[in-house]
This record gives sequence, C-alpha cells and structure tokens, in this order.
Amino acid sequence: MMRAALLAALALLLGGCSADWGWYVVDPSTQTGWTNLKFLLGGLYYTILLSLTAIAISVVVGLLVALPGLSQYRALRAFNRVYVEVVRSVPILVLILWVYYGLPQVMDITIGVFWAGVIALALSDSAFQAEIFRAGIQSVDRGQYEAAQSVSLGYVDTMRYVILPQAIRRILPALGNQLVYMLKMSSLVSVIGMQELTRRANELVVTEYRPLEIYTVLVLEYLVLILIVSALVRRLERRLRADER
Amino acid sequence: MADAIISARDVIKSFGDFRALDAVSLDVARGERVVVCGPSGSGKSTLIRCINRLERHEAGTIAVNGVPVDDSRRSREARRGTVGMVFQQFNLFPHLTVLDNLTLGPMRALRKPEDEAREIAMRYLARVRIPEQADKYPRQLSGGQQQRVAIARSLCMEPEIMLFDEPTSALDPEMIGEVLAVMTELARTGMTMIVVTHEMGFARGVADTMVFMDRGRIVETAPPARFFAAPETERCRDFLQKILHH
Ligand SMILES: Nc1ncnc2c1ncn2[C@@H]1O[C@H](COP(=O)(O)OP(=O)(O)OP(=O)(O)O)[C@@H](O)[C@H]1O
Ligand SMILES: [Mg+2]
Repeated sequence: MMRAALLAALALLLGGCSADWGWYVVDPSTQTGWTNLKFLLGGLYYTILLSLTAIAISVVVGLLVALPGLSQYRALRAFNRVYVEVVRSVPILVLILWVYYGLPQVMDITIGVFWAGVIALALSDSAFQAEIFRAGIQSVDRGQYEAAQSVSLGYVDTMRYVILPQAIRRILPALGNQLVYMLKMSSLVSVIGMQELTRRANELVVTEYRPLEIYTVLVLEYLVLILIVSALVRRLERRLRADER
Repeated sequence: MADAIISARDVIKSFGDFRALDAVSLDVARGERVVVCGPSGSGKSTLIRCINRLERHEAGTIAVNGVPVDDSRRSREARRGTVGMVFQQFNLFPHLTVLDNLTLGPMRALRKPEDEAREIAMRYLARVRIPEQADKYPRQLSGGQQQRVAIARSLCMEPEIMLFDEPTSALDPEMIGEVLAVMTELARTGMTMIVVTHEMGFARGVADTMVFMDRGRIVETAPPARFFAAPETERCRDFLQKILHH
C-alpha cells in the first residue's frame, strides 16, 4: 500500500517536473497512443512466458546438478563443482549471444529466438538453483536419512518421499527470489530480438523518438510486475511458516 | 550359539583414530531381550547402528539370520524389513501425517498395496494406544506419543529384530512410563530386542541378558539378577552405583 502511494507520487512528480514531457506517445485516449501502449504491454506475455519456462527448466537441471554434489564419490562432487563454477562465470548476456549465434553452428541445428533465450537463461540460473538445492538438502537432519534407511527405503525413495519434500519447503523463498531475478534478466534477451518488454520499448523508441516517456513506461512495467511477484512470494513464505508450527 | 539371530564377531569400528568398537562379540538368540548400558561414549549406539548398517564396521563380522551384514545386494535384500530401529530423537517424518509415516516403508520398500499398509498401520497404532492420532502431524503430538508412533512405524515393517537407542532419553519424565509400557508389551510378544537404555527398572523387568560396555568393549554380560546383585568388574560396579543412586 505504502509502496503504491510512493509510486503514484513519483509518477506525478515526473509528469509535472518539465514541459518537455511528451506523454502523447502512450496516451490511451489517442489512437496512436493506445496502439503504442498495447504494443508495449504486449511484451509482458513474452517476458512472463520466457521467465517461467526458463525457471521450470533450471529447477529441474539445478536439482540434477545438486544431487551429485552431495554424493560420497569424489568424481560426482567434482562434476557438480565444475558445472557450477563454469556456468556461474559466464555473463548472462554473453551466454545468450553464444547460444543464439554459436550453438546452432556447433550442433548444426536451428534455434528460434524464444528457445535460445530460454536455454541461456535456464543454463545460467541452473547453477544458482544447484547451490540452492544443495543447501536445502543439506539442511535436512541426518536423522531423516537414518529413519528412511531403517524402514528400508532406497536412495530414490528416500529423496523423493522424505528429503526433497522437506528441502523444497525450505528453499521456496529462495526459488521465489530466483524467479524475480529471472524476470529482470529476461530483459537481456531483447538483444537477439525476442519481443519481450525491453525489446518492444527499444523498437518503439526508434520510430517515435520519445525515449524518456517510453523507458519510463518500461521501468513502471517491470516495477509493477516485480512488486506483484514479490508480494506473492512473501505470501507463500508466510503460509509455509504458518505450516511449520 | 546355534540359533543366534544376531551374531557379531570381533567387530571393529573407528572414527578417525578413535576406536568406537574394539573387537566386540555378541550373540543374540531369537526372542532374546538384551539391554545394553554403559557410560557415555562407550560405543553402545555404534554397536546397534552397525547391526542395521547405519555405520559400516571395518573388521570382524556381523551376521543377521546367518547373512553377513555388508553392502552386497544379497545382504540388503535379506535385511529388508528385518531390523527395526527406534531413535532417541524419534526422527519421524515431519511433513507426513502419522498414518503416512507408518505406511511409507511398507508401501515403498515392501510393495504392499495401500489398503493393506493402512490396515497394518492402524493395527500397530492401536498397539501403541494412539489410533485416534492417525491424521495428525508429528509436531502436534507430545514427545511420548511421537516416540510411540516411531515404534509403530518400525513395527509396520513387521521386523524380526527391534533396536532401541535410548528411546526415553529425550522425553519428559512423565512420558517415559508410557513408552516403556509399550516396549514391555512388545517384549511379551516374543520380539527379539536390543535396547540401549539407562532405565534399570525396565531392564530388571524385561531383559534376559544385560550387557555392560566401556571404552568400545563389552566388559560384562550376565542375566539381570546376577548383573545387578553381583557385578564382576569394578567399572560396572561404579557405573551401576552412579545411575542407581540418581
Ligand atoms: N560419526 C562419528 N564421528 C566421529 N566420532 C563418532 C561418531 N559417532 C560416534 N563417535 C564417537 O564414538 C564413540 C562412541 O560413540 P557412541 O555414540 O557409540 O557412544 P554411546 O555409548 O552411544 O554414548 P552415549 O551414551 O553418549 O550415546 C564416542 O566417543 C563418539 O564421540
Ligand atoms: Mg548413544
């Protein structure tokens, strides 16, 4: 509530501070303004779709990378370390460019903009997911493994029915933060032409020459989107904490 | 011993340089109740944890039903559901209801159909006298109730041997009795039991054999009458004096 009020005040302030503002480019009461606004907001769909797809994949890959990191075997732990360190070291933007322009040549395939973006974002995020999962799984008490073993559960059943349900409950807040992070990072996929929020703003700036207003709208779009998602994450967190008791 | 269900020979287990078990041998007959006591750090937990492979012994042999305890498939198959264990800290699965705690092992490890697993679960919950708590979560129960659920969880696997590692040490005094009562009743059904405990009243009433451990060794083995009346070793005498007059 407080934040919304602050936001409104900020918008008013910005709107009133100079005669140079040309809000007509996104004025919904005019034909062009309305078309422009719809064009900008339309990017929301791709931003969200891209981020959700990427995070769904990175969660699965992250878990598959985290498990060998907890193994008693050195080689498996080494695989985990190398994966995490290497993937974490590459800037996301570089990864996007490489997956879009490089990977098709290496593997002799064609990758669309959407999937190139998803792969790059998911890959980059999976290293963080792997670390989150590892910490979450390690936070489960040793006694839980021993109890599972004492009723003759094997490794897969122990993970699936005993350890992961408890670990995931604990890391849900961290996963929520990763989603917020992912929504922001998805703006980088604009460089390869993905029609998400940032790309659309860029394209409109080129035709309308109104960067100030258009990028202000872009800022507000991300702000509102992230605030809503953060609020949902916090609500989930509270729910889980209530469950713990 | 001819009909030993558990047979341990010269078992050695170290943690780093420290010998937690130093050539321990122990035979347990089918249906025998063994109570293990001894000072802290003497290796009591390590001994019973080696029997169900929560710890790996490095030398000597342990056989359950004549099958050596090791990591081979044959050994694991033979032990499946054979040895139950009750922990000091209960170690119930906190995210599952009492009923789901009880049916998980039978369904996943023994491949029992759900309705059969539930039926078994309700039977053992009745045995530990809390059938009405089936749909609660562990955290909603008292410590004594949680430990009884843990006992029922082990019994649902229909084991031949039950191991108890200080099952009442984490309980408030007023709840110790209800857990010991359940264990006493279990002993009457002829279950083979190894119980690590300092509850000497329970030991006197239930044990066939008392085992005293010190510094990784079994120092004394005797029937309770003789064990309490005339301990042979100085260390055992000291130990009993300390815990009986507390
Ligand atoms: N995982 C471990 N790593 C290192 N040392 C261990 C480990 N487990 C046990 N020990 C050591 O082995 C010795 C025997 O431990 P154990 O738990 O068997 O003793 P205990 O007789 O059960 O004692 P208590 O009455 O305190 O439970 C102790 O000195 C303990 O510190
Ligand atoms: Mg112990």
